[in-house]
Amino acid sequence: MKKYSGFSLFKNALSYHENWQNLWRSPKPKDDYDVIVVGGGGHGLATAYYLAKVHGITNVAVIEKGYLGGGNTARNTTIIRSNYLWDEAAQLYELSLKLWEGLSQELNYNVMFSQRGVLNLGHNLQDMRDIERRVNANRLNGIDGQVVTPERIKEIAPLINISKDCRYPILGASWQPRGGTARHDAVAWGYARGADALGVDLIQETEVTGIRRKNGAVVGVETTQGFIGARKVACVTAGNSGVVAAMAGLRLPVESRPLQALVSEPVKPCLDTVVMSNAVHGYISQSDKGDLVIGAGVDGYNGYGQRGSFHVIEHTLQAICELFPAFSRVRMNRQWGGVVDTCPDACPIISKTSVDGLYFNCGWGTGGFKATPGSGYVFADTVANDHPHPLAAAFNVDRFNTGALIDEHGAAGVAH
Amino acid sequence: MLLIHCPHCREDREEEEYSYSGEAHIVRPLEPEALSDEDWGDYLFFRKNPRGIHHEMWYHAVGCRRYFYATRNTLSYEILETYKVGEQPQVRAQGAVQ
Repeated sequence: MKKYSGFSLFKNALSYHENWQNLWRSPKPKDDYDVIVVGGGGHGLATAYYLAKVHGITNVAVIEKGYLGGGNTARNTTIIRSNYLWDEAAQLYELSLKLWEGLSQELNYNVMFSQRGVLNLGHNLQDMRDIERRVNANRLNGIDGQVVTPERIKEIAPLINISKDCRYPILGASWQPRGGTARHDAVAWGYARGADALGVDLIQETEVTGIRRKNGAVVGVETTQGFIGARKVACVTAGNSGVVAAMAGLRLPVESRPLQALVSEPVKPCLDTVVMSNAVHGYISQSDKGDLVIGAGVDGYNGYGQRGSFHVIEHTLQAICELFPAFSRVRMNRQWGGVVDTCPDACPIISKTSVDGLYFNCGWGTGGFKATPGSGYVFADTVANDHPHPLAAAFNVDRFNTGALIDEHGAAGVAH
Repeated sequence: MLLIHCPHCREDREEEEYSYSGEAHIVRPLEPEALSDEDWGDYLFFRKNPRGIHHEMWYHAVGCRRYFYATRNTLSYEILETYKVGEQPQVRAQGAVQ
């Protein structure tokens, strides 16, 4: 892999930028791998990267039915934060945030990580009590956070409406300055390029159609390119996790639903932070290109269609227009939906299964993007050692039978 | 926007009138105390979540305020039938992951 630098930019300019190397190879699948990662989104590619980088396991293939990073990785609102209530979740997302802070250097690829801060607004007394509790919990876990007043919110985001004369007045917010956004595509491409350079085979346009087992252990996967052997199979397939689990005769406590987002036409810089509100349910930031990136909620019912109900968008835009009256004239450019696998406790599943050599990393629901580096890191460790990473242990699928749930649902889990 | 036929009201109404109540035909265990943790967890949390035909429960929240069942394709979103609680579906999953 050729390193990107100021010098390489200059050198390639001399040949009119026509000789940049490809980011990754497009290899034919081998007959056999140590580990097969099913799903070439951000989490899957990060898993493959850390397997190779941290654990020295390079005989790895990532099998993706479409193209790399073409699913939810390309369909999210790119918000990054770690201000979760419970210790288990907070530590996992904080590991992720720390990895984000060095990710562009680590990958030698600019993921445009921007720590522009995240505001979570409170609109009633109970919101504010929850926010104070969460910020206190965060600070005990070494995570930055402050409770801020409406006046301070107005300083951070001047276009916001802090008038008391509205249906959902803003009473305050939690503020995490280290939170922010990153460029979603670049994250997938950076991990893919890094993994490929370490010897990982990235196999695109190949769908896994079955998981072959022998004596209760995985021996490989059936794909549209034929059978590929593997000692371990790590599934990171987001909304289709239930479908993949069924291939191995397993059930997961996830339900798949479409989650929508939309972007506006590009406008001049007007919002240099991320604003989220659970109560009115909308979240918004502005990309470097100038579009307002707006996240809506999940549909009310299960679905695998990568689209969503119109009234969900309408509801979100009502909230955005109330928070930012100036945006009521902004026209929306594009809308899209991705299928997310929601867990009953709004926390992920990073787990071994009852089948030897089969692992699942799923259930991230509406908030997986922020966890991409940490998720890949702890999942790679879990797969490599056949034992849960200390930060992943609590996210075992068994928690739905033992009752040790990590209930982020009411705490931080509504708007991601 | 789905148009959902309420079998009680016998009218097609917009989906905003309804709320979703998840998988249908889940029977509460008659003797919960006799169940193992495994079985109780399965009853509470593990759902079929098929990519295809799904039997599910809906609530006509701003209409008759009664529950009913629907058979819907979760990929195409086509609603194949709606029927009252206590009735059995006419269409059943074939080839769908169940």
